[in-house]
Amino acid sequence: MAEYSGVLVCGEVVEGKVSSLTAELLGCSRKLADSLHEPAMLVLVGSEVSNLASQGAALGADKVFVADDALLKEYQTDAYLSVLAKLVADTSPRYILFGQSAIGRDLAPRLAFRIGAVLTTDCIELGVDPQTKGLLQTKPVYGGNARAIFTSPSFPQLATVRQKAMSPLQPDASRKAEVVTLAVKVDPAVMKSKLLQTVKEEAAGIKLEDAPIVVCGGRGIGSADGFKQLEELARMLKGAVGATRPACDSGWVPAHVQVGLTGKIVTPDLYIGVAISGASQHMAGCSGSKVIVAINKDPEANLFKEARYGVVGDWKQALPAFVNKVKELLAG
Amino acid sequence: MNIIVCCKQVLDPEAPPASFKVDPGANKVVPPPGVAPVISPFDEQAVEAALRIKDKLGAKVTVLSMGVGLVREVVKKPLSMGADELILLEDPAFEGGDSWSTATALAAAIKKIGAYDMVICGRQAADWDFGLVGSGIAELLGIPCVTVAKKIEVADGKAKVERVLSDGYEVLDVSLPAVITVSNELGEPRYATLKGIMAAAKKQPIIWKPADIGVSPTSIGAAGRRSTLVKLFQPVKECKCEVIEADTPAEAGVKLAIRLREAKLF
Repeated sequence: MAEYSGVLVCGEVVEGKVSSLTAELLGCSRKLADSLHEPAMLVLVGSEVSNLASQGAALGADKVFVADDALLKEYQTDAYLSVLAKLVADTSPRYILFGQSAIGRDLAPRLAFRIGAVLTTDCIELGVDPQTKGLLQTKPVYGGNARAIFTSPSFPQLATVRQKAMSPLQPDASRKAEVVTLAVKVDPAVMKSKLLQTVKEEAAGIKLEDAPIVVCGGRGIGSADGFKQLEELARMLKGAVGATRPACDSGWVPAHVQVGLTGKIVTPDLYIGVAISGASQHMAGCSGSKVIVAINKDPEANLFKEARYGVVGDWKQALPAFVNKVKELLAG
Repeated sequence: MNIIVCCKQVLDPEAPPASFKVDPGANKVVPPPGVAPVISPFDEQAVEAALRIKDKLGAKVTVLSMGVGLVREVVKKPLSMGADELILLEDPAFEGGDSWSTATALAAAIKKIGAYDMVICGRQAADWDFGLVGSGIAELLGIPCVTVAKKIEVADGKAKVERVLSDGYEVLDVSLPAVITVSNELGEPRYATLKGIMAAAKKQPIIWKPADIGVSPTSIGAAGRRSTLVKLFQPVKECKCEVIEADTPAEAGVKLAIRLREAKLF
């Protein structure tokens, strides 16, 4: 039996930096590692990522593994999977953490099944069972209507963690980590799927997930034209427009502005939900907002239950008056 | 082409949140009375993805569902949409499983079906929202997997798949057979036609028990679980909404702007 030890974070690199989600995972891994008295570790897979090890150290890792190879430049499941499966077999971490991101959602399940381990996806809280040293994994289920805590008697235990659910540490450049360069040999024969092209659809400007104010529309908006009013408001407030899944599926707005369980997670200071019923699947993406405002003609709409301020009435009448008044107040 | 689609019967996720109840003692969800179960929405999109390939190239589409108490009108819906065959893994031994036991049973059933070029699943089920089973089937069968697809095109023994990313999508080529999981960006599933409903009513599902697919009862259902559910609960929400009082919605809009400005929210 292998001796399991340590918390391994599978990091992601975005635009030449350790991603914000990875920083959150490192903050979380530091806490878990301290309560276990075991090391917090980070693995960075990619091309020209060796120089990012110090960022991992500053954010809390004791040890950073680097798999640096030109063949790993873009995320490709089979290649990344073979690197991680070997690292896990060689180092026997107790817990392995991924972000609940496009990569984590794809890679973590494959790794779990490849190594015979248990994985809980989309966790919002992680803790250590002091008796068994099992990972206590809290995850929203039933579209957010309930929460479940999972664990397992076997190791390693894997979890993917929801964006913005954990806090990163304040980066400390004086922190040092042991850096281990992995000998990478990607066998092209394992690559059964090949990346042909990546298409970016997101417009320039304030990113939805980083915007301090989000104006979100639901099914009740009824048309692409209706969303133009929300866009005007968002521009005025220097915020961004989001939408529920039904609004995206109707083609009124592009798919990448979807807020919710399978879309983006937003935690703005102010979230204005217009003609949104507040289905749990949508709330999963916005309930972390500091202040929620609901405008809906149905007083029973679920969004009012999570809102700080509400207007009960037809948005087609309430919104133009609201927008005009906001404009006036901003000018004055 | 032979395509297998995995479909799960779940509680209707569109049921009003207020009707959702958990029995904390049993760690189970209490099904709301009078609300019929449905095929998990992403799985219906998986059926749609298979039928689009069938429309274009011709294919036999076999649907695989697992559980106990499978409502025939519900699990037959893919047949009424245009799928060709329905196989049910229906036995108490299949109940109470996790992603491991589910993927194990489904992979064994897929092996028994034998001829398949593609297995299509929804990206995640509307009950536990794990999103593991498609990837698990791929690993257990030793075939490639592409997740969260919005478009699948088949040509020359390969599939070209568009996979949804947070800021766009990527295009991948994958050798077949493969598992592909699909997302809502694929587009709305088709409605059942009257002809389809009548044909589905006449079709009898094939029912397989654990012994039929050669799995040990200890590797499936509750016995095959590797994860432990410690606790299932409903988060407590405190409603503290300040509803803006006004005679008309327009007046409320004006007052809301003033209120938010006072609170320094913009």
